[in-house]
Amino acid sequence: MLTHEDMTHLSQLARLAPDKATLEKFSAQCDDILKYMDVLAEVDTSGIEPLYSPVRHTASSRPDISAKHCRREEVLANAPKTDGRFFVVPRIV
Amino acid sequence: MPELYAATLLDIRDRLARGEVSAEAATRSCLERIHATEPVVHALITVREEALNEAKAMDAAGVDPAKPLWGVPVTVKDALATKGTRTTAASRILENFVPFYDAFAVEKLRQAGAILLGKANMDEFAMGSSTENSAFGPTANPRDPSAVPGGSSGGSAASVAAMQCFASLGTDTGGSIRQPAALCGCVGLKPTYGAVSRYGLLAYGSSLDQIGPLARTVSDAALMFSVIAGHDPRDTTSEPRPPLAADFVKRIAEKTDLSGMTIGIPEEFARADGLDPAVAAVCENARKTAENLGAKLVSVSLPHATRHAIAAYYIVAMAEASSNLARYDGVRYGRRAEHAADLGELYTRSRTEGFGAEVQRRILLGTYVLSAGYYDAYYRKAAEVRRLVRRDYLEALDKCDVMLAPVSPVPAWKHGAMTDDPLKMYLMDIFTVSLNLAGLPGVSLPMGVAGRLPVGMQIIGRDFDEEGILGAAHALERAVGALSLPNV
Repeated sequence: MLTHEDMTHLSQLARLAPDKATLEKFSAQCDDILKYMDVLAEVDTSGIEPLYSPVRHTASSRPDISAKHCRREEVLANAPKTDGRFFVVPRIV
Repeated sequence: MPELYAATLLDIRDRLARGEVSAEAATRSCLERIHATEPVVHALITVREEALNEAKAMDAAGVDPAKPLWGVPVTVKDALATKGTRTTAASRILENFVPFYDAFAVEKLRQAGAILLGKANMDEFAMGSSTENSAFGPTANPRDPSAVPGGSSGGSAASVAAMQCFASLGTDTGGSIRQPAALCGCVGLKPTYGAVSRYGLLAYGSSLDQIGPLARTVSDAALMFSVIAGHDPRDTTSEPRPPLAADFVKRIAEKTDLSGMTIGIPEEFARADGLDPAVAAVCENARKTAENLGAKLVSVSLPHATRHAIAAYYIVAMAEASSNLARYDGVRYGRRAEHAADLGELYTRSRTEGFGAEVQRRILLGTYVLSAGYYDAYYRKAAEVRRLVRRDYLEALDKCDVMLAPVSPVPAWKHGAMTDDPLKMYLMDIFTVSLNLAGLPGVSLPMGVAGRLPVGMQIIGRDFDEEGILGAAHALERAVGALSLPNV
């Protein structure tokens, strides 16, 4: 059972802040969903290696050489706030 | 003379290549159809009116017979980056995002001469099964506008079914190509994981996502797949494989019977809760049709591919989503909340204002299943069950060449019927998610009707056997013939 405190803590971890009514609704819905997930307990998975990806090949690495794929102005074009050279955020220190 | 937009992709492609139709005429026909149908269907988030000028420029430069989609107008799900064209993932957080690069699959379409008409609506970040979770409003099913088109590639399916374009690209994380194709009465291919590069796809569940075509015929889908398939070093999960055979599409079109083929029928699917009798009847007819075409049917068992797969799938997808969507922080691109006092508040408020309810719900659940103390019980357990799901499929595919299965347990449902019950909506994916866990390919095609609504079936195959499943689908499509379906 997910308590209101659990949901608030999860929201903080996920950098979200839904309002109280939304959080209550989420809490009930998430509870239903997690209860459904309990069907997995029926499955005996002892000795079964987890499968995290269906990839069949070994990912090859590329040479560790810096490459330029884009221009600064392209990267900055979608930023909400820049000084023309860098992303600008609220003062940190 | 029927309108140009009503042609199949192969037909319009051939007429364009022979110079009988100009790229401008084909594009104009589709744009007019878009203007006529969008007030009802709302399949597109962005319409590219500039496509007409691009078509004129192509006509002026002359037909290029080396390009397999020369002059063919298409749409693309708004989850794929398009250079210079807004790409939103149907989210407020990316409302004004304009990529400076093309996704691999989009690049391939452009190189093949296709004309991009617009960006298709979807569930926000592909999270949903009805295209109702879009920040830009829902899409309607062209067969019955009071019904949903399915999702999450509902805009792509509706745009193909409403004849706004000759084909579209969608993405399939848990059925998001196959299910809307089934609900709108078109063909949708989810390729094998690794067959199409995910470069430029706005990630949801990276180990599940795969890009594929939606089209009005199996051959059209095959042609689209042949254009977008291929290795790409920019996606480390892209499989290094030799190119498809030059006559890939022709070989599929030549498949007219199923003699010598063994088709597996997953027994657990027939017993699944909530299978609508009309869908069950179409399944039965499809089995008979396959037998009449010479196939040998065998019963196969996929013990973990229904209830357990749904649970494992949603855990994996939500875990990956919570991680993938951490990048949306209001700093480098996307929506930024105004007047945040500090960086933490900037992140939190930008995300809370920018993401819709379903996205927030999945991020929260994903955060939960990955958190210390719960990781083993949920995420690791789901990954272990995932191994069993793939094992089930591989063992079943040892006994048959392909499998035949339903796509959605029910035909398209009414708008709003499940929006307040996320779990009920998740259970609609019962026949599709297991394939994404296993990484295998599947193609959905219309095989019957339930009243005025289409019912689709899927053909499932071995790793990288797109040719086998599309060939079987072509034979079935030919035998069933055109379904009598209404359209807007």
